[in-house]
Amino acid sequence: MSSWIPLWLHKLGSPPTFYRFAGKLRPWMLALAIVLGLVALYGGLVLAPPDYQQGDDYRIIFVHVPSAWMGLFIYGVMAVSAFIALVWRIKLAEVVAMESAPIGAAFTLITLVTGSLWGVRMWGTWWTWDARLTSELVLLFLYLGVIGLYHAFEDRRQGARAAAFLALIGIINVPIVHFSVNWWNTLHQGSTVRLFGPSTMTDSMIWPLLTMMVATKCYYVFSLCSRVRADLLALEGGKDWVRQIAAGESAR
Amino acid sequence: MSQAPLGRACAAVLRRDLTLAWRRRGDIAMPVLYALIVTTLFPFALGPENALLQRIAGGAVLVTVLLAMLLALDGMFRSDIEDGSLEQLVLAPQPLALMLGMKILAHWLTTALPLIVIAPMLASMLQLPAAAMPVMMLALALATPMLSLLGAVLVALTAGTRRSGMLLALMLLPLCVPVVIFAAGALAAAQQGLPWIAPIAWLGAALALALVLAPLACAAALRIALDA
Amino acid sequence: MNQFLAMGGYAVYVWPAYAVFLVVLLADALAPVLRRRRVLRELRGRLARQAARQQRHADTPTDA
Repeated sequence: MSSWIPLWLHKLGSPPTFYRFAGKLRPWMLALAIVLGLVALYGGLVLAPPDYQQGDDYRIIFVHVPSAWMGLFIYGVMAVSAFIALVWRIKLAEVVAMESAPIGAAFTLITLVTGSLWGVRMWGTWWTWDARLTSELVLLFLYLGVIGLYHAFEDRRQGARAAAFLALIGIINVPIVHFSVNWWNTLHQGSTVRLFGPSTMTDSMIWPLLTMMVATKCYYVFSLCSRVRADLLALEGGKDWVRQIAAGESAR
Repeated sequence: MSQAPLGRACAAVLRRDLTLAWRRRGDIAMPVLYALIVTTLFPFALGPENALLQRIAGGAVLVTVLLAMLLALDGMFRSDIEDGSLEQLVLAPQPLALMLGMKILAHWLTTALPLIVIAPMLASMLQLPAAAMPVMMLALALATPMLSLLGAVLVALTAGTRRSGMLLALMLLPLCVPVVIFAAGALAAAQQGLPWIAPIAWLGAALALALVLAPLACAAALRIALDA
Repeated sequence: MNQFLAMGGYAVYVWPAYAVFLVVLLADALAPVLRRRRVLRELRGRLARQAARQQRHADTPTDA
């Protein structure tokens, strides 16, 4: 037994403890996400001045860029917990990896749709094979593959392990795809437009962006908590602690 | 119980798979026929102008070959799973990765090689200039083993599931994007008279890496998908 | 206010982007709530059936 891992971390790995812990954390994260999100929206939509080149259109950035960051960040979280799930076979890590995938896919979808809405005026078309947009599309397919493989198995835990393996293959693939798509884009002289240089962003634009980034992180923790809780109830249906919860909720 | 030497075990697996494929010769013809049909449809859809066909020929042949391989990929381990011989292979004393490597080689020989053989015909149907033909063969020779190796890992992952056809395509797409980009990139460069060595070298490097890692990943994936 | 809603002429692009952001996240937040409710309902049904079966088993010997 490794002694350097503190005891509370071991305890947190057990489903009933994590269920209670997630239940306590969930409302706080939601509140934080809503408050920070509203502040960021106010800052981004009202306080920030219109861009001198793009006018008010650039305001899509305040949802587009945080969503794009979250798409990648959640893939990283998923891959790390997939690794833990495969090496140490911890049930909680499997659940965290598999329940992260739909949230990541949701953020990637938001990125694609908002990017396309932005692109209508930037490029004059809904879709263009820009390097970043294409990478994002491939990321969405990676998420869908993981989700699809997970649900193709009848045994949930086996499905989780297979999908975790796929997530690890995917994380090796992400930089390769990004590199190759960049190379392809320069080869074909695509219509890459620099959306914003480092100097054109003023402080009044940056702080709502960073606030929104923190808000989406909080939202992710909230959503992950509720998803993991629901999944643990389904996985541990026969255990006593789940029966107590089921009995307790019917009394109310 | 004496253990068969590694070389003989490899040869036995390869011979068995090739014999099985030869007994079902009709299945080998399927991907070839499919590629032929798809290639025939392109001129009907795009119009018969030579200049246009010439421009898309390289990419169209590559994508057609890829789709034809995807068609056959699904069946790579299916009959072995149904009759239980794959489980025997997992239990065998020889390293599983090596045995699977042999199975992948057999699969490549029976599905990809016929496609490579008819690829020049498909390309000339689409008016690919003769000068670009060797580059296309080189790109195909490097890209198809890549696809077989990557596909085998994914097929192994879906070994425990019932329906896998569409799922396999969904899972393979992100993995084959770089392969398609570099293979088609080399071909496009050759058609424009530009240097095409760099993308071919990238493909070769990726193939060398996949040759070593994919059988190991395939074995790990199969162990996950088969033990409940 | 109207000027704010018009977004300098880009309202058609800006507001749908924000709407998509909110709608997708709302759907994502509601899905686990509904799933949790369904899982618990199924579990309660299973427990009730189990209890009924035990009841029947307990009753049969006295009848015979």
